[in-house]
Amino acid sequence: MTEPKDFAAGVGSDIRKSQKRVLFVTRRTSVQVKVSDEEQIQTFPEGLLRIALAIELLATALIFASLVFNAPIEGIADPTNTPNPAKAPWYFLGLQEMLHYFPPVVAGILIPALLVVALVVIPYFNVNIEADGLFLKNRRRRLNIFYIAALGLSIFLLFLEVYVALVPTLIVVAFMRIAASSSPASTQRYRRYLASKSVSWWIMTWFLFELIVLTVVGTFFRGPGWSWALPWNG
Amino acid sequence: MPRRTDTYYEKLQRTRIWRSIFRSGAGYSTLHRALAIQQNIFLHLFSTKVRRRMLTFRATWYLGALTLGTFFILVVTGVLLMLYYHPSVPQAYADMKDLKFVVSSGMFLRNLHRWSAHTMVFLVFAHMFKVFYRGAYRPPRQFNWVIGVVLLLTTLLLSYTGYLLPWDQLAFWAITVGSNIASAVPVFGDKVSFLMLGGHQVNANALLRFYVLHCVILPLAAALLIAVHMWRIRKDGGLYVRQSQPGVESPRESHADEAGVVKV
Repeated sequence: MTEPKDFAAGVGSDIRKSQKRVLFVTRRTSVQVKVSDEEQIQTFPEGLLRIALAIELLATALIFASLVFNAPIEGIADPTNTPNPAKAPWYFLGLQEMLHYFPPVVAGILIPALLVVALVVIPYFNVNIEADGLFLKNRRRRLNIFYIAALGLSIFLLFLEVYVALVPTLIVVAFMRIAASSSPASTQRYRRYLASKSVSWWIMTWFLFELIVLTVVGTFFRGPGWSWALPWNG
Repeated sequence: MPRRTDTYYEKLQRTRIWRSIFRSGAGYSTLHRALAIQQNIFLHLFSTKVRRRMLTFRATWYLGALTLGTFFILVVTGVLLMLYYHPSVPQAYADMKDLKFVVSSGMFLRNLHRWSAHTMVFLVFAHMFKVFYRGAYRPPRQFNWVIGVVLLLTTLLLSYTGYLLPWDQLAFWAITVGSNIASAVPVFGDKVSFLMLGGHQVNANALLRFYVLHCVILPLAAALLIAVHMWRIRKDGGLYVRQSQPGVESPRESHADEAGVVKV
């Protein structure tokens, strides 16, 4: 056996944690066991009590709302009488707003499918686990990619006149540009904050922003023929 | 500790019948409190201890617990509503009118079910974003995040299938808009839409299918996934604590078992 050993052996002696533990540590990693002595409390009864209290407060609020506001009910379903506009439930109105601009295959199938896939894969990419500030490494290259992506998306939305989605995009792009010219050493606090944000943070924030804007527009600002309308004009 | 007078509750806890029901036994020691969780089929989904910091409001905003709370309310009010509801045309709509004008507290039941449903959809989204911004999707919690995404979709489907049941204009056309989107799926579109509705348009067959999905299939799926979701919190090392804060690594991560350390 001429090959050098690839591990070091040791015996742990922390009786409090476990009576005896044998560790095999390969050379590539350091021998380090971090001990956390954070204060813990019993789930029963204190933890469960807090959860029960939170749920009861919410239930009280919902019961009050139910006493004051009645659930909507319209006339009986009539396939021959189409209301204008016919709206989906509020959580789908963002999609319905997209449906106004894109063909159903894109707005109704492709975009939701991409969203679900994007959400599922988040924890499986190292870049999202490390979550370093987007422009802190390879600044030049990442800035170029950012410009191309931002410009491409903006022109695409402008070309199709999707102003509702374009405005939030431009706002997020502006903040990303500020982040690119900031660093952890910046004097202003918000710049240090923006500089520390990872690529997934920016994408998720953009998604959240779009989701809110599109849903609010679809719910309150769309009238007959999906034209612009004000909520207080009936 | 001075000996105190036994309360009726404590006497009750020592009876043979009580002890035959609750495996954890009676007592106030830390052990007994741990056993109360560990020896209970439902509560053993949780860990016996929680980091105190994770129970502060700002750590989680209690969004997961509140979502579970709305689910409980929805199950209870939903079962009660089922006692008055017929999934048929046009009786379904007549039952809505009966709930409003005939059944005692019928309107209140329906209100509570509806507002809780909207709240649950909102809370599920809020919970997802909160988990994301805390970075709690990180290993070893990846798969629990995926279960969470599936639960989000289940919640949306639950809400969507329930939307049709009142059989009013609002319900009918909202579902028509949705099913038109489903028929836009390339190649299978019409088949998907037909399977969903039991026909080529929203009709009595669709109402029955949505009813079965809403009252049986989807709630069972949700309950099962919720159980796995909460059990995985314990298995994955408890509620997530940020690594950047000092001395707060979860016990499991500190064993570094993914970095080549073998625990015997």
